[in-house]
Amino acid sequence: MVIQNADRRMQVYGALLLLPAAVLLGTFAYLPTVATLVNSFFLPGFRGAPPAFVGLENYAMLVEDATFWKVARNNLLYALGTIPTSIALALGMALFVNARLPGRGLVRMAYFTPTILPMIAAANVWMFFYAPQIGLFNKLLGALGLSGVNWLGDPGVALTSVIVMTVWKEAGFFMIFYLAALQSIPPELKEASDLEGTSRWSFFWRVTFPLLMPTTLFVLINALINAVRVVDHLFILTKGGPNNATNLLLYYVYENAFSFFDRTYAATITVVILLVLAVVATLKFTVLDRRTHYQ
Amino acid sequence: MNQAISTHRGRLALRAPSLETTAAWLLAVVWIFPLLYAIWAAFHPPAYMVRFDLFAPLTLDNFANAWAQAPFARYYLNTFLLVTGVVLAQFVVCTLAGFAFARFPIPGKDILFMLVLIQLFVFPEVLIVENYRIASGLGLVDTITGIGLPYVASAFGIFLLRQTFKTIPRELEEAARVEGCGWMAILLKVYVPLAKPTYLAYGLVSISHHWNNFLWPLVVTNSVESRPLTVGLGIFSAPETGVNWATVSAATLLSIAPLLVAFLLFQRQFVQSFLRAGIR
Repeated sequence: MVIQNADRRMQVYGALLLLPAAVLLGTFAYLPTVATLVNSFFLPGFRGAPPAFVGLENYAMLVEDATFWKVARNNLLYALGTIPTSIALALGMALFVNARLPGRGLVRMAYFTPTILPMIAAANVWMFFYAPQIGLFNKLLGALGLSGVNWLGDPGVALTSVIVMTVWKEAGFFMIFYLAALQSIPPELKEASDLEGTSRWSFFWRVTFPLLMPTTLFVLINALINAVRVVDHLFILTKGGPNNATNLLLYYVYENAFSFFDRTYAATITVVILLVLAVVATLKFTVLDRRTHYQ
Repeated sequence: MNQAISTHRGRLALRAPSLETTAAWLLAVVWIFPLLYAIWAAFHPPAYMVRFDLFAPLTLDNFANAWAQAPFARYYLNTFLLVTGVVLAQFVVCTLAGFAFARFPIPGKDILFMLVLIQLFVFPEVLIVENYRIASGLGLVDTITGIGLPYVASAFGIFLLRQTFKTIPRELEEAARVEGCGWMAILLKVYVPLAKPTYLAYGLVSISHHWNNFLWPLVVTNSVESRPLTVGLGIFSAPETGVNWATVSAATLLSIAPLLVAFLLFQRQFVQSFLRAGIR
């Protein structure tokens, strides 16, 4: 009886400890998620009229909206452009600074510095590179006798320009996870393979790379989330233009909500983002957690 | 003489840099170049933006211009208040929740914990529209509290502290109880001190995240009184404002300087903490 009481007290105490977090999460995570879902079935009420329930009309509009499809396609291309490249570069960087290398500390710092910079500041600097007349890239091209490219103004090139900047920003961050993983690989494996005369190439593909799999999956999840979440650079570089060539899902939400003041349509697009994130989360919690082995 | 030093240090120094070394260095130069370029542009007259001349005159005019054209002092103060406020509040809220998840029998604990982890994927900025409505309902629009509050109950912090608290042996807790400590005293005297490295790691990651954060602060603020550096910088360097690029470079450096200096001083801690916080 006494023990039961003590147990009950522990439960109450534990619940009280959770309370502040629960209230805040409820207010800024669960409530807005539910409200977003609900709002996607409504049209905003004008001039004091209550919002009107319209069922799936917003979704029908979404399906008809050519801009939405363009934005979704951009986001897919953005993910395909940034993720494999930054992961491959991160792995390469980690291999470089894990080996004996003169000035290793400096090299590592150089790779990691972009991680510390705000995306806005990074975009400011890249803006100088991409500017059509006076930008550095076109000056360089000019020096080689080539005509310049309108890096951010040409719809065919703009998204690639944005992707390149993102890769530069992200690769160094992913590098440190690979570096840590590489350092945890027992050196005996390398010694044993050296004794057997295995080439470095096949050692990498048959030993190192498989051992790095959990890290790759971890980095992949982070990169996937970032691909739908981080849009700061668009505010400086392109504002989603030209003609939506660099518009991404979250930026499109922002535009709809705060420039076109269509809150319910913004909610509908947010639902799409939430679905993407739900897929990523499910991937993480079901498939990957069984295969990753972090302590 | 170089020869003598090299032979002393062994064959390594004599050999030409290998292909890998060259590639590693080349990549490093490319990666650091944008920052170096910004520094160059900020310290030289605008005419030298794309004309590299070792003897170009150095100047601080760009900084003076930037400082005069936007209320950077106010932005610094706002960012400082935001970052310290968020980190302290996160420490308190996440410590309590992490402790509860690590040590208390709560019905449905696993489900609750999964619910918390969902926030790892659904960030406040994804829900900007609704969060804006909630912030405005609470009267938090255009306040520093409004920028920080959605991030206080960080799933990430709760997770990190829960893991750390779980590794602390219960014997320590029991020893404290024998001495008559209550739960709060046990938390403050046993768990919190032993989790110091976790707090440091989480603190550094959180500071750099909130120093750099942009979208939500942009949406929720609309005056100088609450705007953090990133938003101030974003507005400052918008093409419409017609500020010249040397000035924008200076402004950019102004906004990143404190974090960059901190990074250069505590490089190891930064890298370690990103790592510690990342591996979960």
